[in-house]
Amino acid sequence: MNCTDLLSHLSDYFDDQLTTELREEISEHTAGCQHCRVVLNTTHQTIEVYKGNEIYEVSPGLRERLHSAIMAKCLAKR
Amino acid sequence: MPAIQSPATEEVHPDVALVARAKAGDTAAFEQLVRQYERQIFRVAQHITQNREDAEDITQDAFLKAYEKLEQFQGNSKFSTWLVRIAVNESLMRLRKRKTSKTVSMDEDVRTEEGSIPRDFAEWRPNPEQQYNQAELADILRKTIQGLPPGFRTVFTLRDVENLSTEETAEALGLSVPAVKSRLLRARLQLRERLSRYFRQKQEGQPA
Repeated sequence: MNCTDLLSHLSDYFDDQLTTELREEISEHTAGCQHCRVVLNTTHQTIEVYKGNEIYEVSPGLRERLHSAIMAKCLAKR
Repeated sequence: MPAIQSPATEEVHPDVALVARAKAGDTAAFEQLVRQYERQIFRVAQHITQNREDAEDITQDAFLKAYEKLEQFQGNSKFSTWLVRIAVNESLMRLRKRKTSKTVSMDEDVRTEEGSIPRDFAEWRPNPEQQYNQAELADILRKTIQGLPPGFRTVFTLRDVENLSTEETAEALGLSVPAVKSRLLRARLQLRERLSRYFRQKQEGQPA
């Protein structure tokens, strides 16, 4: 496996959609390629940091206002 | 004599019953669906439009449209995926209105390879989340994702923020599965590149 191959499999690697054989090839490649190891680690951290942090908070006040507005609009259509 | 195995019953999504009740005119059932998905729809709209007022309007319009077209929902996909698709279309329409001279579609930003090829090979500081308080970190994440083209931003939001499957994302966006995969990879790599500017470890002779 070369660096370009690794890049093409990267998303499937994170989404756990690779065969055991391909996962092993990626492990072998990253063991000897620091650039790919960094890209793999930091891309994984990128996904995790977005998964773990809600960047657009919906406050209880906003949620109530939204909810009331949605229901008022829908019920007016009955 | 071996015991007769009963065939495994396929699990029915709880929304199916709620949608059926809502179609029959049960307002409380529809309101429950609104409660379940209003936050998600608002977040998706805000991610795509990057504008809070637009996101509020889109959330209301998306639910209103869903309410009006409930009879058209056949149950071939999850109700939530159908709803997300309505919200995505409303959001893209809103972007189009904002850029009257320019078409905004899921395809407008796929031509450029800029930012998809890794250039930054510095490891990040350990636990960047501990380097910043929550407000600072949220600000960095917002600024970073704002720089992505809408088509990439949307795919990343549905897959990695809202946890839709690749197939659900494809359905919600009207794209093929390979197109979703290709955009997701490029979105992830571009975000990684941008976040590296904040989180990279100091290397000799280079600013952090």
